[in-house]
Amino acid sequence: MSGFGGFSEEQVLRYSRHIILPKIGGEGQRKLLGAKVLLIGAGGLGSPAAMYLAAAGVGTLGLVDFDSVDLTNLQRQLLHDTDDVGRPKVDSAAERLAGINPDVDVVKHQVVLSSDNALDILGQYDVVVDGTDNFPVRYLVNDATQMLGKPLVYGSIFQFDGQATVFMPGSGTPCYRCLFPEPPPPGTVPSCAEGGVFGVLPGIIGSIQAVEAIKLITGVGEPLVGRLLLFDAMEMEFTTVNLRWDPTCPMCGEHPTVTELIDYDAFCGLAPTQVPAEAEHGVRTSVEP
Amino acid sequence: MPVRVKIPTLMRSHVNGAAVVEASGDATLRDVLDDLDRRYPGLKGSIVADDGGLRRFVNLYVNDEDVRYLGALEAEVREGDTVSILPAVAGGSMRTR
Repeated sequence: MSGFGGFSEEQVLRYSRHIILPKIGGEGQRKLLGAKVLLIGAGGLGSPAAMYLAAAGVGTLGLVDFDSVDLTNLQRQLLHDTDDVGRPKVDSAAERLAGINPDVDVVKHQVVLSSDNALDILGQYDVVVDGTDNFPVRYLVNDATQMLGKPLVYGSIFQFDGQATVFMPGSGTPCYRCLFPEPPPPGTVPSCAEGGVFGVLPGIIGSIQAVEAIKLITGVGEPLVGRLLLFDAMEMEFTTVNLRWDPTCPMCGEHPTVTELIDYDAFCGLAPTQVPAEAEHGVRTSVEP
Repeated sequence: MPVRVKIPTLMRSHVNGAAVVEASGDATLRDVLDDLDRRYPGLKGSIVADDGGLRRFVNLYVNDEDVRYLGALEAEVREGDTVSILPAVAGGSMRTR
């Protein structure tokens, strides 16, 4: 098949809007096709991130998710269809991504991420995109990417608020533990299931994570490192605050105390008995356990 | 021009649902929080621990700077400044266990 610059004829057309784009071009597109990105979670944040990265031609997309599609997911998780309810998320996600772009090699990791497998799985990829909904995995992914020296594209959502940043190990810039050294005690912070989440919100934050992943792969632009982007959907306000490396950080500080991966006890938020009544009116953050 | 204090969704139950509340400036962060606590009981308790220090699971910023690098509760807050409150949030979408 005749092609151009290492691209097939079909690829020249498929990626033409990137190839003609200043800063991406043929070189950037080749980097995307050669890149391996791991998405932790094929849910609200993982859906737009994975779909845009697939469309952009990221050559290998890994998906970590042990869960199955639930009817309550469909309000925001665009990777999955109504007919997918009950199926493993990695299966429905892989089908959607293959439909978007057959160039992409989707690798399914239908496992619970833990200290036993995190380094092995994350170690196979160039960039990690975190879309989990719970603190144990947030800390596990932070610590594993710091140990492996892999960039981590962080995103988080709650109700109408979202956050995103990029953690770049070894660059004198912060990690997640510089921001929050330890997970909050169980019972102090609610999860999405308890507090609800505005369905479009992960679309915004997950798309921002895709932007940052592509910037890291292609090396263009100014990555969202050392800055935390805060999005408030109700006020329609984006703000950034500065994140600083903390020399006392237990992970990346001068005298680290976290030297191996930790499996924190699973918890998602307030004790279930406290939640339903408060959730509709907003939940207090600092209820003592 | 008063100080704008941006309240995250998680804490709006303390301030009758408001996204932003105002306080008097040209004071320390502690003064600002005390001022707010008189009008919105409970807000300060979700930011300041019983030992008087900032809670570890909440970060505060004056404009775009982390108050831990500005003197923590002694950080100076001027008229017109914006104080942002950032609690730890885990939400994404994946259940893991």
